[in-house]
Amino acid sequence: MSLSNPAASPVASAPRFAPVAALGTAALVLIVVGGVYMASYAPRRPPLTAPICLAAASAALCCVNVVMLMRTRGLAWDKFFLVGRWTLLSYVIAAGLIEFAFVKDHTRGAPLVVLTAMLVLFALDVPLIISYTVARYQSARSDAS
Amino acid sequence: MTDTRVDTLSTGAEAGSATVPGGGAGPGVDVPPRPVIQIVPLKGLPVVAVVLGFLVASIGFNWSWGLDFNHVAGGGLWTGIDLFVGLVVGPILGRLSIPARAEFSAKFMPKMVLVMPTLVAMTLASGFQLALNLGNLKASSPNHAWLMVSFVVVGVMAVIALGVLEPANIAVLFEMRKPRPNGEVIAKLMKRFIYTAGITGLMQIATLVIMTRVASR
Repeated sequence: MSLSNPAASPVASAPRFAPVAALGTAALVLIVVGGVYMASYAPRRPPLTAPICLAAASAALCCVNVVMLMRTRGLAWDKFFLVGRWTLLSYVIAAGLIEFAFVKDHTRGAPLVVLTAMLVLFALDVPLIISYTVARYQSARSDAS
Repeated sequence: MTDTRVDTLSTGAEAGSATVPGGGAGPGVDVPPRPVIQIVPLKGLPVVAVVLGFLVASIGFNWSWGLDFNHVAGGGLWTGIDLFVGLVVGPILGRLSIPARAEFSAKFMPKMVLVMPTLVAMTLASGFQLALNLGNLKASSPNHAWLMVSFVVVGVMAVIALGVLEPANIAVLFEMRKPRPNGEVIAKLMKRFIYTAGITGLMQIATLVIMTRVASR
């Protein structure tokens, strides 16, 4: 399926980027597992050890991701920030909606704090995956090769 | 005709009539304008805002009909669209010519950027509230185990949708906006849809089984 010059094969010879999207997806899996675990206890108060561990592991992956991202050369940063700010807005709204539903259902105290932390990670992680995926395929390195 | 269109996509014309210097149609032939791709259809945003406002109001006021409407309409459309696109549209699309595929995708994918997240939000938020109100989440409820399975199913679909498909969808749209879209990049990203179609289809069928089971108890 070549829409452009068939002689060029940018995918085959594309430069390797850090696995930011893969790590971001792993962080997302941890958040989803934690969220499902907490939701499965509703309307009771869930035990928090497992969700805290999952959220901490997810946060650690997100931090590693940010470090890898800062070291990335040749990424289309303009596209990264363009996509990032709009997807961040949409996922902050989505996370706010989920938070609203849980607050409405009388989630309070420590479970609410853990849930909020998970939602913050969710609202940061998904835009990071999307904007990185767009930017890596829009990069000068990708085009040049 | 096919060759002409492919050439047009690689000439760099963003929109408007283009002249193809070579190719099957002969020199100097005018070809149809290439569609300008809007990644997020702005005209759809007010509709999304209204739907989300209705959802928030339904949850906020514990409006029984609103919750039912959001869950049934949103869930039905979500499952229906997912299965229809995966089982019917996808295979047809795979047999079309590359220009036809490109033209269809240019018009179809931006709409999905708005439609699917809205339907998912409608379904999940209202569904959780309904389950709470109906007591289905209580450990003593006969539906509790079914709902736990549905949470897992939704979790799997969420990871696929948010971590795999949505980034690919947006990246493809950005690629298609380029003056010279790279077909290999598009093909590579579109493979994600093919690889995950089976899992998504299975999860959606599981959802249909679980929800009809829960509703009939």
